[in-house]
Amino acid sequence: MSNVAKMSKTLVSEHQPEQAKFKSYIIGFIASLALTMSAYFITYYHVSGGRALLFGALSVLALSQFLIQLFFFLHVGREFPPRYKLMITSFMILVVLILVGGSLWIMHSLNGRVMPSTNQMVKYMNSQDNL
Amino acid sequence: MSEISPGLDLAKADQLIERHEKDATTVFGFWVYLMTDCVLFASLFATFAVLRNNTFGGPSGATLFSLPYALAETLALLTSSFTCGLALLAAQAKRKTQTLVWFMITFGLGLTFLVLELSEFHKFVAMGDSWRRSGFLSAYFTLVGTHGLHITIGLLWMVVMMLFIYKRGLNRLSLKRIRMLSMFWHFLDVVWIFIFTIVYLFGALHA
Repeated sequence: MSNVAKMSKTLVSEHQPEQAKFKSYIIGFIASLALTMSAYFITYYHVSGGRALLFGALSVLALSQFLIQLFFFLHVGREFPPRYKLMITSFMILVVLILVGGSLWIMHSLNGRVMPSTNQMVKYMNSQDNL
Repeated sequence: MSEISPGLDLAKADQLIERHEKDATTVFGFWVYLMTDCVLFASLFATFAVLRNNTFGGPSGATLFSLPYALAETLALLTSSFTCGLALLAAQAKRKTQTLVWFMITFGLGLTFLVLELSEFHKFVAMGDSWRRSGFLSAYFTLVGTHGLHITIGLLWMVVMMLFIYKRGLNRLSLKRIRMLSMFWHFLDVVWIFIFTIVYLFGALHA
């Protein structure tokens, strides 16, 4: 690719019309505000009965706000190929899912297998003089 | 870029492109650092999720946290993230005064957030609910405190950035740094979305 073509490509990606960029920040801000306020109000007023449903709704709201801010504020996925920024962000999401999901899975499993019931524990503690 | 004109000699054009690509590489490197910082926060989130019910007879999140207070913190940080974006736009349009004003507003909102967070910490510690009280509180203070530490560093960086813009103007170097600073600030807002949801909102539901 000639340098001039290369340059114009870089310039297009980083210097898109200012008004378009401004609009992108406005959309991101309004959407984030709306999502934050709805998450707050459904928690504050305990809208809807089921707790599982509430946790699900809050997770969906948080994830959509995450994606909105990545796109509108951090411009992930809006570059020209090769999209290195998008690649490394996706990899980060994978690592975070493995790290958090894996930890919770292991700890939950340990909790179920190892932890004695409260009665057993109290009995055991009483049987030990030094406890 | 206004330096490009039809009569420009090619050697200079090459130099400009080279510099531009170098800056883009630096900014990308900073993004990679932010993604590794996510791993730090992910491990703190995992720790918090595991320890959230280990209150050891102490207060749980539902009794300790005030939701309107957390909302105020969230709104301050979210608005500061938006104004930081506007500062970047003003800088790219080479409007120095406007850039400085947006950064000052961002700094004010960021400082508001930090003061709110620290007074919340102070209140908890004064009530005897410090990080020594329970596993839950240790995890809470570590997670939220690490975020607060990042905010503190971001605020210091912003002061240095404003002085730099004031003295040297909006040159290539300051634009590169403003891009990284605004990325850092947006990133902290993204992390806060999850703290707000997982720590405060989920905490209120666990009652």
